[in-house]
Amino acid sequence: MSMNKEFKPNIVAFCCNWCSYAGADLAGSNRLAYPDNVKIIRVPCSCRVNPMFILRAFQRGADGVILCGCHPGDCHYTSGNYFTRRRMALLFSMLEYLGIEKERTRVEWVSAAEGAKFAATMNEFTETVAALGENKRLEDLRCKR
Amino acid sequence: MRKCSLNLLDTIFAKITAEAKLYLPVDGENGAEYKVWEPGVQYSNSLNTVRSAKDFFFPQTENLIEFKVTGKQIDVIDVRNEHEDFVIFGVRACDAASFDILDRVFLSEPVDSYYANRRAHGVVMTMACTRPVETCFCSTFDIDAANPAGDITCWKTEDSIYFRANSEKGAALLAKLDGITEECDDSSVTAQQEKTRQIMSKLPLANLTTEKFGGGKTKDFFNAPEWKELSQACLGCGTCTFVCPTCQCYDIKDYDTGNGVIRFRCWDSCMYSDFTRMAHGNSRNSQVERFRQRFMHKLVYFPENNEGIFGCVGCGRCLAKCPISMNIVKVMKTIGEK
Amino acid sequence: MQKITRSDLINKAKELFANGTVNRVLGWKAGEFAYDVTPAVFNSIEDMEKNFVFGDFCNANFSKYLIAETGKSAEKVLVFLKPCDTYSFNQLLTEHRFAREKVYAVGIPCEGMLDIGKIKNLAGDGILEIISGENAVTVKTLYDDDKTLNYADIMVERCLSCKSKKHVAYDELIGEEGDVIDSNRFDEVERIEKMTSDERFAFWQSQLSKCIRCNACRDICPACTCEKCVFDNPKSSVNNKAISDSFEEKMFHIIRAFHVAGRCTDCGECSRVCPQGIPLHLLNRKFIKDINSFYGDYQAGEEEGSRAPLINYTFDDLEPGEAVGRGE
Repeated sequence: MSMNKEFKPNIVAFCCNWCSYAGADLAGSNRLAYPDNVKIIRVPCSCRVNPMFILRAFQRGADGVILCGCHPGDCHYTSGNYFTRRRMALLFSMLEYLGIEKERTRVEWVSAAEGAKFAATMNEFTETVAALGENKRLEDLRCKR
Repeated sequence: MRKCSLNLLDTIFAKITAEAKLYLPVDGENGAEYKVWEPGVQYSNSLNTVRSAKDFFFPQTENLIEFKVTGKQIDVIDVRNEHEDFVIFGVRACDAASFDILDRVFLSEPVDSYYANRRAHGVVMTMACTRPVETCFCSTFDIDAANPAGDITCWKTEDSIYFRANSEKGAALLAKLDGITEECDDSSVTAQQEKTRQIMSKLPLANLTTEKFGGGKTKDFFNAPEWKELSQACLGCGTCTFVCPTCQCYDIKDYDTGNGVIRFRCWDSCMYSDFTRMAHGNSRNSQVERFRQRFMHKLVYFPENNEGIFGCVGCGRCLAKCPISMNIVKVMKTIGEK
Repeated sequence: MQKITRSDLINKAKELFANGTVNRVLGWKAGEFAYDVTPAVFNSIEDMEKNFVFGDFCNANFSKYLIAETGKSAEKVLVFLKPCDTYSFNQLLTEHRFAREKVYAVGIPCEGMLDIGKIKNLAGDGILEIISGENAVTVKTLYDDDKTLNYADIMVERCLSCKSKKHVAYDELIGEEGDVIDSNRFDEVERIEKMTSDERFAFWQSQLSKCIRCNACRDICPACTCEKCVFDNPKSSVNNKAISDSFEEKMFHIIRAFHVAGRCTDCGECSRVCPQGIPLHLLNRKFIKDINSFYGDYQAGEEEGSRAPLINYTFDDLEPGEAVGRGE
């Protein structure tokens, strides 16, 4: 564990434009700290995230990938996050089936008002991934040269 | 000719391993594959490996060069690794003949130095066939399964293994085994060869001939209506080309690593929709054209440019592996009979 | 051994040719040996009498061929469908991939098809003749004595866990209708789920690293019907033929299976055609099993027009965090 303290994981956070990205914004304006190794990618809706995005993030060096969207029922496009929920349930279950650590992937619903939840989630997720160490099972060695 | 007892096979392998890395067919759950020999690894009794031996000289993917970008600096990195000596044991006559075909492509000017280096560093030890199967048709292409080429030819009988060096490289390696092998005459080998040739002549595909095909026959077959029928079930997958010992088409691509570029080459397949795609688009837009290309290449275009040598060695892998069981034998019979 | 014969099918075709229902037949064409059967279109009954074959090696699922075939003529094509093929047929109809009115579908019973790879392993080198008997198969080979093999030992893997002998779509049925079977098809998935994470990783790493990226699994799949696959798009930056890093195969196989999740009827063609013997159906079946346990039982293709689970939702669906690790 002590060795992992040194390790700063790369975290990719896909955030929906309408809720979670605004939530991240609020975390910023409220000066709530979350790790600088969380890289946010803004997407129009959590539903925009194709399973390939998640795999690609791991390929390009992410150690953990988190997907944030509006709470179920609050989707700007009515039902986008409902589809996301099903897709990610299946994808994450498949990744685990392939032996990829389940703690590396997560979905969290963060509204525009939940700056504190955003920061807390990112802190907690980063810590979890840091404890796991480097992503070895979904890495692309070509990108690590 | 030299020989030794079959019990000494592992001693032979150990001795070769002391000189260079030794690969040989080993049984796996999906048939035999080439693996590195180490004590305990058993040489397979299978007739042939699922994939061909061309990987040793022309791997499915290989990195050619790498560029690393740091700020405004671009470094060119040499990633070549084809200078290691190795020995392949147990190559069959068909695969050994495929190396001649690949040589004609890669060793003619301009020489492909990646391939040439691997060829220079590899010693091919072939194994004569004794139990050819129904999908074998190497004799169609005048390949003698009982007398394979390669740097060293081996024959395995019930109790012994016989060696004959065919090249300087082979003789040098065989000389290193002198302490284990002994000089002998070739009577047992001749008897075995006779038997194998007898079997070959009775195989279901023994009568398949190439007489209708060859250089200069493009016009005879190119517009044949049969291509449409033959190719209609073709899925456009690359199985036949990837298990084929003679398919030599490749693609060169750049992979963006995020901090540089890796330029690699990989096998291509004429069955794929992006095969030979150029700036103007594709030259073969339908599966019929792509399917025709594969067989015309092997049966007409290749012999036209290579003194009549056909681009197929009759190993039978495509017969065994095509998902829809369409293959060069069916094509030769249908197109050739018209 | 199949319960219907080649002549049953030829007679049916003869009748349909004669009364003008169809002008061509999608069927199996005999090859060089007993087992290398190729899908083909027969334009006349004479052609069928000469080349048509039906037996234990008629594995090919014709459903996907209907997309191209129905586009070729205004007239109907006759197609023979085994029970599992009818599920793919329905699924393609659900996705509006071909015109139903251009097809005359004849459902045929299936007793399970044979795997020539297994026969070669058990019977030895040089298969000359394969004779299907009532309870066993006799194989004549070049070198060894005739071997008698049990059907259970030489059947294609997918047929050993057949999910249904019932036809879910047809215009006409030959032979007796069967039932949906309570198959053991998720046993292997469960076995893998019970492994530790490290074991699962090692298992899939060893399997997927065999992949040669021939794309046969994708190309044979009746659910993979995109006109242009993402893996064939040079601009997508995912390579369609290279295997220069083990990541590539994982990416390809996860995405391939995911893309057909909820639409895969579990016909098993992917694993059957894999030249490297990778058990690809175990990826598809994982999705099917998960869908069944997360969102209620769903069989793709069972009912034409049914809404696939991934384009559907309920308000109280399971959260992704709760989904993982359910099998443990």
